[in-house]
Amino acid sequence: MFKKMEKAKQIENSWDSLVAGVRAGNVRAMARLITRVEDREPGWKDAMKAIWPHTGNARIFGITGSPGTGKSSLTCEIAAELVSRGLSVGIIAVDPSSPFTGGALLGDRLRMKKIFNLKDIFIRSMATRGMLGGLSQAARDVVRIMDAFGKDIILIETVGVGQDEIEVVKAADLVMMVCIPGQGDGIQALKAGVMEIADLYIINKADLPGTDEVMADIQGMLELSSEIGYPVAPVLKTSALKNQGIKDLVETLLTHQAGKNKQEFKRGIQVKEEILTLMEREVFRSIRSRWEHSGELAEAVQQMIDKKKDPYSTVTEMLDHILKE
Amino acid sequence: MDQKKMNMEKKIRVLVAKPGLDGHERGAHVVAYGLRDAGFEVIYTGLRQTTKQIVNTAIQEDVDVIGLSILSGAHLSLSQKVIEGLKTQDAEDIIVIVGGIIPEEDIPLLKAMGVCEVFTAGTPVSAISDFISASISSN
Ligand SMILES: Nc1nc2c(ncn2[C@@H]2O[C@H](COP(=O)(O)OP(=O)(O)OP(=O)(O)O)[C@@H](O)[C@H]2O)c(=O)[nH]1
Ligand SMILES: [Mg+2]
Repeated sequence: MFKKMEKAKQIENSWDSLVAGVRAGNVRAMARLITRVEDREPGWKDAMKAIWPHTGNARIFGITGSPGTGKSSLTCEIAAELVSRGLSVGIIAVDPSSPFTGGALLGDRLRMKKIFNLKDIFIRSMATRGMLGGLSQAARDVVRIMDAFGKDIILIETVGVGQDEIEVVKAADLVMMVCIPGQGDGIQALKAGVMEIADLYIINKADLPGTDEVMADIQGMLELSSEIGYPVAPVLKTSALKNQGIKDLVETLLTHQAGKNKQEFKRGIQVKEEILTLMEREVFRSIRSRWEHSGELAEAVQQMIDKKKDPYSTVTEMLDHILKE
Repeated sequence: MDQKKMNMEKKIRVLVAKPGLDGHERGAHVVAYGLRDAGFEVIYTGLRQTTKQIVNTAIQEDVDVIGLSILSGAHLSLSQKVIEGLKTQDAEDIIVIVGGIIPEEDIPLLKAMGVCEVFTAGTPVSAISDFISASISSN
């Protein structure tokens, strides 16, 4: 095995050459850089520092909604339409990791086959990897790498159920909420937490009966929320299956301009959240690895199992100890 | 120390792909779910993939391993095309394994063209996940 590896033709794996590769439009370098950054290999922050100056050109669209509403199928159609308009597209498709095994089945590509071989399309599947808030940071990093590569548009697909999944679309400039006919009750359930982030509603599967009903539900809900000050988001009908309404949708996406104030407000929240998340994870990472290496953590766990100590005083003591240094 | 072992956040990524025209997805499903349960990140792309789609997907997803599920009898030519595709894209470090209905006498031929391991129909998924874990950590 090792012998085969030595001879194998593969890319130069150093941070410098990967960053340079991304800048030069090398797909394999981009894919590898994403992996190393996602895995948080030592040096990842310096690599992102080098990527940073080359970002800010791409537009980032989030696509969320309940399981099975057709997000991947729509993403595929939107991407194909964007490419036909001469744009280069990156797709990030997020699925949950199992909290028990850490494994994940990433199946969004199933519905995107027809764009696999388009050279202007790059698709990356990502698992949530279980760390709350961590995903949105990792997704943001992937967005930036694609941006620095030269992607014009980046689409992020996430299931809109868990907090983690909703977090991720906060990395987007514009968020589409995908609904389907027959989802009337679902609309009610979606309200909390999602209302605030959706800029655009899509009723997909509009080839099925019940489209007008769900349209009325959504508009009713939007009317209510406009009374408490939310801007009224557009509602569009599509059928990813029959390729209907896609051109209109893409037109709306490309011309959508949120009010400047809202945009700046949102930007402020995003940046603040990013800094805090990064800080939180770095502090946690360094404290945890110190505790683990010094054996203090194992010791504390044992003391708790033996009922010699409670978790509250353990944490307080450990923190006091660190802050004194 | 090996960086991969040291880094807790490193995940092994596997592409489970079905090249060619056979329409039997069950085996690939079992493997995909089994590998997920073994803690891998599994990218599943469904039936009837062209070898070019498989190579492109493997590169974009930067997988460590490609598992080809082939029941159609065309395993020799399909595997050959995937391995050549990887070579032309400087991606020979991606490990290729093959599973499905593979006659005994073809196994050495597959290995000679660069397939790392062959799992014939009925192999428990744990044997596949053990092989993958061992191959990746020995790099
Ligand atoms: N009738 C109809 N079916 C559709 C349409 N779009 C998608 N589907 C079907 O809906 C199912 C789910 O589609 P996906 O694109 O995988 O949905 P998704 O929201 O990405 O699903 P998850 O990622 O699993 O949450 C598939 O069987 C699609 O063929 C549509 O416009 N009309
Ligand atoms: Mg999907």
